Amino acid sequence: MPLWWPLLVASLLFAIGVYAVLVRRNAVLVLMGVELMLNAVNINLVAFDAHFRDALHGGQTFALFIIVIAAAEIGLALAIVLMVFRTHGHIDVDRLRSLADRDEVEEPIEVSPVMSR
Amino acid sequence: MSVVEVIFVLLGLIAVGSALLVVTTRNMVHAALWLVVTLGSIAGIYLLLAAEFVAWVQVLIYVGAVVVLLLFALMLTKAPTGPQEGMNVGRVVPAALVALLVAVLLGTTVVAGFAGVHLDLDNAVVGSAETTGRTIFESWVLPFEVLSVLLLSALVGAIVLSRGRDTGAREGR
Repeated sequence: MPLWWPLLVASLLFAIGVYAVLVRRNAVLVLMGVELMLNAVNINLVAFDAHFRDALHGGQTFALFIIVIAAAEIGLALAIVLMVFRTHGHIDVDRLRSLADRDEVEEPIEVSPVMSR
Repeated sequence: MSVVEVIFVLLGLIAVGSALLVVTTRNMVHAALWLVVTLGSIAGIYLLLAAEFVAWVQVLIYVGAVVVLLLFALMLTKAPTGPQEGMNVGRVVPAALVALLVAVLLGTTVVAGFAGVHLDLDNAVVGSAETTGRTIFESWVLPFEVLSVLLLSALVGAIVLSRGRDTGAREGR
């Protein structure tokens, strides 16, 4: 098998992940794009591990470590998403502008019914 | 083409096709389920690339745990189950252009850079549980321990975040 086959699959998956992060409005769907990108990187690591015959299996070990980091990331991110949902009532990343750089005209800050209760 | 190559091409096509469905479907639950197909075929690619243990960890953690967590998040944020409009931002075309640019740049780079390199899988050392365990606990112990601390801190952070500020207010803080 030519080495560039798995690398090309990884590149395409990474680009698809970039598209998901840029285009999706729901925060959970953005997270799915991040997962796709992490998996693309893992394919690269495993392919190069097989190619270089690394005696320490650095590629596979690093892929395992990235899977662990992705698990930690998804746990934290979902806690943040749920917290945003509790305070704002939605997880639309386009409308979450409390930390945005504002223009001169002040937009009213959204106060959800959950917060004002 | 050998059998391994045919299987690899099929798995790669399934992975890329279902990943495209993940990012284009109008149904959020279907996106999570197509993600299962993508991650499962990536596990198959790991198996072909002689990374047996990584493949099973992928099945257990990604397909088993991460997708279930994503489905729970969709459920807890009251995501609509049917197909719906307005899931994408208005700037679809620039985003698609950026993604296409990333695909073309990365793709041409790896294809041009590794065009003549042959990946010999016949004599590769299979990363079985024994091999992976040996390498992790002989050569990679320190990063492994650092990673366990990272997992612990992520766990504590997730608990603290999901407790929210309601409990703090109730305790009079």
